[in-house]
Amino acid sequence: MERKNLDPYKVAAGIRRRVLEQALRSGGCNISQACSGSEILATLYTRAMNITDVEAPFDPVYFPGPPTATNKGITGAKYNGERRPDLDRFYLSPSQYSVVLYATLAATGRLTEEGFTKFGEDGYVIEHIGEAHSPGLDINGGSLGQALGMSAGIAMARKLKGETGRNIVLLGDGECQLGMTWEVIQAMCLKKLNNMVVIVDQNRQQCDGKMTFVCDMEHTLRNRFEAFGCEVYEVDGHNCEVLEAIINQAPNKDGKPRVILAQTNATYQVPPLLDKGHRIHYVRINPDEVEKYQALIENFKEMEK
Amino acid sequence: MERKTLVYDKAIVAYAKDRPEVIAMSADLSGGCEVRGFLDNYPDRFYSLGIAEQNMHSFAGGMAMEGFVPFIHTFAVFIYRRSLDMVHMSIAHPNSKVRLVGSVPGITSPAGATHQAIDDIGVMRTVPNMTIIECGDATDVESFFEMSDSIDGPIYVRVLRGELPVLFNTPMQLNKSRQLSDGDDIVILSSGVCTEEAIRAVDSLKKAGVSVHHRHVTCLKPFEDVELMNAIKKSKNGVITMENHNVLGGLGSIVADKMAEEGIGKKLYKIGINDEYMHGGSKLYLMKRYGLDAISLIKKVEVALNKTLNITEDMLAAFHFELENEETRSLGV
Repeated sequence: MERKNLDPYKVAAGIRRRVLEQALRSGGCNISQACSGSEILATLYTRAMNITDVEAPFDPVYFPGPPTATNKGITGAKYNGERRPDLDRFYLSPSQYSVVLYATLAATGRLTEEGFTKFGEDGYVIEHIGEAHSPGLDINGGSLGQALGMSAGIAMARKLKGETGRNIVLLGDGECQLGMTWEVIQAMCLKKLNNMVVIVDQNRQQCDGKMTFVCDMEHTLRNRFEAFGCEVYEVDGHNCEVLEAIINQAPNKDGKPRVILAQTNATYQVPPLLDKGHRIHYVRINPDEVEKYQALIENFKEMEK
Repeated sequence: MERKTLVYDKAIVAYAKDRPEVIAMSADLSGGCEVRGFLDNYPDRFYSLGIAEQNMHSFAGGMAMEGFVPFIHTFAVFIYRRSLDMVHMSIAHPNSKVRLVGSVPGITSPAGATHQAIDDIGVMRTVPNMTIIECGDATDVESFFEMSDSIDGPIYVRVLRGELPVLFNTPMQLNKSRQLSDGDDIVILSSGVCTEEAIRAVDSLKKAGVSVHHRHVTCLKPFEDVELMNAIKKSKNGVITMENHNVLGGLGSIVADKMAEEGIGKKLYKIGINDEYMHGGSKLYLMKRYGLDAISLIKKVEVALNKTLNITEDMLAAFHFELENEETRSLGV
């Protein structure tokens, strides 16, 4: 599968379709994250990121254990193609989006379809909450804020080595409630890491519900990032052309790291989620709803054509 | 066996009813920690300050200085790892009445190393003033609250969520483990979710003619349990500890310290997470992969007694403890 031939909107439909299929298999899934984040990931993996294709999609392996002195361990970096100084790297910070990333890898020919269906199956590295060994990942997210910090360190190191590849991070908007996040942003601005692009999926949702309900701070985000010294854009997170254009602008001349506040909708293209109340971090599908979701899956299949 | 759901939630709602000084906080995990009932019943006493554990700790410490009794909730892993300095300086140093409630410890978290507290007891043990409690069934969770009133200082409690068995009919007590079986061939000390597994194993061990002294340990600090230490003194083949925690720092290490202090020259066998990071998976899978199940305990007894007992998996009582239920499955993961 050659990425340059892929239409990001079709890939986004394919991501949502796979996540819904997984939700039907396991009785629920992180569907809202697929609603908000699919165009972002589809844009990155088809157009925006400078990464190479893989020769053939990979199968997730049985967990070989964590890295130790005698076991080097594995990472999921190979799913993102070659590792070269001139190529981009992708880092997922909220690993609650893992299923969306796995679906993206499957939709772009990097992960086998059968491998994707092993999601959450005991023993495999394609866990519900992905870690450094999981497909597409090579550092630990999920303990929020830390993947951003490690990405900044990686960006610093690559800059020192003269590498031209960018370091692209997907960040959750809920993560912006952590002090840690702002410690990193401070460091990124201080060290002029304009080789970083941070895309915030601003879907205004977190585990306990709507952000306005849990901890209302969403409206301060743009000002905060600007005040820290970032180059900030607020864009429609479902518009792949706009996302691509902003991501691929030349690096800021003053060394400012780029932050893209992607305005997204956590029920986008999956209207049944509107009936689920405001807590849709993990959505369960009841037996009487199966038909509705099956119909949506068929819709998405049409959109993929 | 009786099973209960939303045990923690119901218990804290009942406890807080006539205690206006009790407040609850959660760092975006009110569902995952089963404390939404509190939010629904006492919205004015529930503080949701975002995904910000470090501040939750210091904020709670401040409110405790003014006479409130904060119960702070997040996954066990974030309550000590993410904010240990705040545990020390904002809560433990002033000896404040803050209750640090850690949900889904160790293998009870379906997510991986990022979400699995494997060294929380070992770390919290070295925090001065800290009392440490670990729940193993619904009764433990329910009786924690009344017991907590007697402690004028911080408490770290490891709780369970989902569908919990009722293993005990007496409330937990400070400094006192529950004796579940008496004997002198071997002493087995289990804690948390390991106790249900140990009960299954002990049942088979008895049938195989092994005389077992089994105790369930809820109070890990302080640890001045005379009956427990006397049982170890009387044991013919030493003691086995079994815990949902790194073999370093937890129950096994606590017992080792006490045995050394009291000059008890018996063999100690530790069952736990063998000083390694795990990955994500179901509780049953993790229990088996990391050797925290009934069969692993039986194998360890065979080593201690130096004989083969010929007990196989199919001879054990049915597996019951299912942590996930419709209300809590995957919430907050």
